[in-house]
Amino acid sequence: MTRLRGRLAIAAALGLGGCRGAQTMLDPAGDQARDIDVVWRAMLIVCGGMYLLVLGFLAWALWRARRPAAVGAPAIGHTPAERTLERSLSAWVALIVAGLVTLVTISFLVDRSLAEVGPQPLRVKVTAHQWWWRVDYDGSPQSQIVSTANELHLPLNRPAVVELQAHDVIHSFWAPNLAGKVDLIPGRTNYVAITPRRLGGFRGQCAEFCGLEHAKMAFDVTVESPEAFEAWRRSQLAEAQSPTNAQQVHGQQLFQTKACVMCHRIQGTEAGGSTGPDLTHLMSRRHIAAGALRNSRGDLAAWIADPQGVKPGTTMPRVPLTSDELNDIVAYLETLR
Amino acid sequence: MTGVAEAGALTALDADGEQALARTWATPRGLWGFLTTVDAKEIGKRYVVTGLAFLALGGVLALVMRTQLARPESGLISPDRYNQIFSMHGTTMMFLFAVPIMEAMGLYLTPLMVGSRTMAFPRLNAFSYWIYLAGGVMLYVAYLLNIAPEAGWTAYVPLSGPEYSAGKRTDIWAQMVTFTEVAGLAAAVSMATTILKMRAPGMSLARLPLFMWSMLTTSFMVMLAMPAVMLATSFLISDRLIGTHFYNEAEGGSNLLYQHLFWFFGHPEVYIIFLPGLGMVSEITATFCRRSVFGYPVMVLSLLSTGFLGFGLWVHHMFATGLPHLGDSFYTAASMTIALPAGVQIFCWIATLWDGKPRFATPLLFVVGFVITFVAGGLSGVMLASVPLDLQVHDTYFVVAHFHYVLIGGAVFPLLGGIYYWFPKVTGRMPDEVAGKWSFWLIFLGFHLAFFPMHVLGLRGMPRRVYTYGADMGWADLNLLSTLGAYLLASGILVYLLNLVAAARRGWPAGPNPWNAGGLEWATSSPPPPHNFGATPVVEGREPLWLPGEFPVMHGLDVEHREVLLTTIADGKPDIREGSPGPSIWPLLSALAVSLLFIGSIFDEWFLVWASIPVMLCLIGWFWPKSSHSKLVKAPDDKIPGALA
Amino acid sequence: MTARLVGDLSPLPAAGFRSHGLWFWAAMGFMVIEGAGFSLACAAYVYLMNGAREWPLDGVAPDLGWGTAMAVLLVASLVPNALMSRASRKRLAGPTQLWAVVVFALNTLALVVRGFEFLHLNTRWDANAYGSIVWALILLHTVHLLTDFIDTCFVTLLLFTHPIDTERFSDVDDDSVYWGFVVACWLPIYLLIYWAPRWAP
Repeated sequence: MTRLRGRLAIAAALGLGGCRGAQTMLDPAGDQARDIDVVWRAMLIVCGGMYLLVLGFLAWALWRARRPAAVGAPAIGHTPAERTLERSLSAWVALIVAGLVTLVTISFLVDRSLAEVGPQPLRVKVTAHQWWWRVDYDGSPQSQIVSTANELHLPLNRPAVVELQAHDVIHSFWAPNLAGKVDLIPGRTNYVAITPRRLGGFRGQCAEFCGLEHAKMAFDVTVESPEAFEAWRRSQLAEAQSPTNAQQVHGQQLFQTKACVMCHRIQGTEAGGSTGPDLTHLMSRRHIAAGALRNSRGDLAAWIADPQGVKPGTTMPRVPLTSDELNDIVAYLETLR
Repeated sequence: MTGVAEAGALTALDADGEQALARTWATPRGLWGFLTTVDAKEIGKRYVVTGLAFLALGGVLALVMRTQLARPESGLISPDRYNQIFSMHGTTMMFLFAVPIMEAMGLYLTPLMVGSRTMAFPRLNAFSYWIYLAGGVMLYVAYLLNIAPEAGWTAYVPLSGPEYSAGKRTDIWAQMVTFTEVAGLAAAVSMATTILKMRAPGMSLARLPLFMWSMLTTSFMVMLAMPAVMLATSFLISDRLIGTHFYNEAEGGSNLLYQHLFWFFGHPEVYIIFLPGLGMVSEITATFCRRSVFGYPVMVLSLLSTGFLGFGLWVHHMFATGLPHLGDSFYTAASMTIALPAGVQIFCWIATLWDGKPRFATPLLFVVGFVITFVAGGLSGVMLASVPLDLQVHDTYFVVAHFHYVLIGGAVFPLLGGIYYWFPKVTGRMPDEVAGKWSFWLIFLGFHLAFFPMHVLGLRGMPRRVYTYGADMGWADLNLLSTLGAYLLASGILVYLLNLVAAARRGWPAGPNPWNAGGLEWATSSPPPPHNFGATPVVEGREPLWLPGEFPVMHGLDVEHREVLLTTIADGKPDIREGSPGPSIWPLLSALAVSLLFIGSIFDEWFLVWASIPVMLCLIGWFWPKSSHSKLVKAPDDKIPGALA
Repeated sequence: MTARLVGDLSPLPAAGFRSHGLWFWAAMGFMVIEGAGFSLACAAYVYLMNGAREWPLDGVAPDLGWGTAMAVLLVASLVPNALMSRASRKRLAGPTQLWAVVVFALNTLALVVRGFEFLHLNTRWDANAYGSIVWALILLHTVHLLTDFIDTCFVTLLLFTHPIDTERFSDVDDDSVYWGFVVACWLPIYLLIYWAPRWAP
């Protein structure tokens, strides 16, 4: 009970604090999120001010109610204070109009700035599926396209444009530290501009109800120096390393003979399925299953052993494996750096 | 319950006249009477009780959700169950509680407030209730059979379309919407007609009570908005059942068409819920401040402009869909503009409090709670109106906080105050004031504890419609706080309802006007006789019961036959008398036939054709002409208004 | 407070035409609702048309003849409709009966023409979004044609089977107002179904 009370007290205190975080608009780390933050602050000031005025007027009225109640018939308008109240109403209307005009103007100006994209933007394409994100980096020729899943890497200070498409139902791409959300709608193409200004790891999550596992459809965003980004991109273009020891080789054989190859692709091998995420560099990712689990050995094994247990309804079926087979497959996957 | 007006009531006739009228307007006893009554008061009461039952059901669903979300990664409820629960919660609250209960309050109060014996189209109101009940029952039977809808109360395509929503779940949802729309539209036509044509002599539009203005505006909004959701859901059902392609992008259809049609209804819908609440706030404020509401003309203008503007905002629900931003800016401006009439009204109510002599009984406490809560919700709405800011907080718990602040603060608080306020009129007994105040404080504090943290959760990145969240997201503490608030709120509602149930049987007897209010409904006894008013009240100003001097009445309406007085729209001058139908089984039979049509067509589209036949037969029975009312009451036949030569 | 008698309502008539009676307002409410529905369905048609590369989506517009015949028939029927309305408001039994039968005959003819329209739409409701919205528009209007047909049928029948009092005359007049609405709704729908595909680039 004491622990509960303590936690409640902390919650109450931190409730309005706790501005830092990897998935929050209160800690903007990019141009777009910073511009939106300007609107947020303006709103807090203007709306907060109006609210205080309303509460003040209300408090005054309640305070006046404490004077002894005068006897007599109820009044139908035409009280002595009527004229004063009318003039106050006009002032109130003027104040509301001024406040709203200010807010509309700020909102409009920021909206226009959101639409601007810097020169030579990095182009990324995100395709949303039930319940994971396919991420492709533009490149030409075809062999230069980087395909990964559930994660974005972005170079610091360089504008990026993310092209958004949906494979099945409507989803929404949202990384609050960086930009506002934009929906991914089947049959349409939308875009979101992101210009990251701070190094670090951030998190995004699907923000449009998309079915059973909408709650577990997240993605990681890593903002790194341009050099680190180039290094990452080059390593992603490389084919998968070959397995070295016997367990890994056996794991690869199992991967290619069981159901895995029907959905997953590993460059440089025969596995070429495109229904599910590309696994060529699986180990370079921080999370798996669209943020549902960390990318650790134990979690990876748990995911492969029973995806339906982790994320009921997910498209990945439960493939029956003995524990040896499971260990071998995991050992193989751990070579995919 | 007396069938005749008390001797003390201002509008009672002599004893013989009252007895005759009570007989003429009585509902037959027993089950047959229950099934055939067309008394707006009986129908209004059962409508309110049913609405409150759905509030309780929707509330329990909310408590289950909050219990699940109190801890991160809670395994209490499976994802499928949770998705059904949040869809049922929203659908119940929006379609089965909020709109119907506001209409129900209007149904009961409108004839009393305008000085009439009953509503226009009494059988249509009876039909409206049965259709509403049928739709609600169908939805909950589906829930018990585990085929409840699971795509949210908004059911966007393609998620709700034939490819991604298997089985009958979404079809049941869409058809339930049809049931409740028909019920709502029926009530709206009746309400608008009554308010325009059946007012007391002398009640010009300038003397119309503010609650009546809000119901009139709401009725027109219902008539213009509900067809949109009818189209949206009909297109959805037909895409799912007979292979049309309204929403199928591959064949020229559009996913966004659904959203446009749905929100063209969906935005006015929230004003349909909220405007009646504003009317109730006006009535309560005037009575308990012993002063008519300040600024009557601007209050009316604000109601009308809110109703009008409400139709121009719907795209603000679609800011994230990638529509051209220049168009979006128009909707930002419009969405902010609607804050103006709301702000004006808030000023007027506080001014009334400031200038009047307030008495802080429970209904006025709910008004104060309304001001504090609704204004906060309205301001978070102004925030959401901005496109850039909306792109951050859309579809997060910030929005959940916003709409609960405006719906609970702006509609439920006034409703609870209104039910408490008019309870003595309906039952003839006073609710317990101590219990009333306790319930207010539990509800008020519980509400804020439950919903304020949600603003912060949204700002800190928590999306909505999630059945769980990670332990490392930092959302656990606020979620726990919110859950505790929800339980507190539920306990307050429980105390409130128990207070009314107990008072209905053992409360202090209330006279015709226990609050010393000024409206016409307080001129007759509590509860009112079946015919509402024996003598026809005449209105010479706003707040007729507060005017000095004697209370003017007219006689002359027939006591042996049901008849109502029609007056002119602008000035309320007596125009004609018209017959009013007595108890009838046709509304119930028609509702059964229509239910068969609606439910059957979920499973086989040919029901639309074959089941139309019983519907048509019922309508023929319903509309079968009766003998001329003119001849029955031996009214003059020479100067007929509207006749040529 | 006591009550004071200020007037007597018994000399008032107990029937009235048009806005003086309640049934007129029921019809008005119904027309507001259906008018809103029609407007939105037309808006949906235009929305889908604007989003398409070509319109109709499979290249074949409905045959112009039957739709135009319907338009001509409906507009022409407004004349006997107006005459029926005047006769009923003058409370002349003979002329009312006559014009009611004429209007009923034209209603019936309209249903026959509508049948032919369906056969010459040149698309199916499940062909594509164009087919779906065309069928939706014409079905919406057909429901109103049918409702008015049944209404006029009964109203006319009762003129011959029951004594005609002011309420009966008023029913005939209300029916004429509704028919005017059915005709008015057809005009924009006719333009969309039959001409928009021919005008669309």
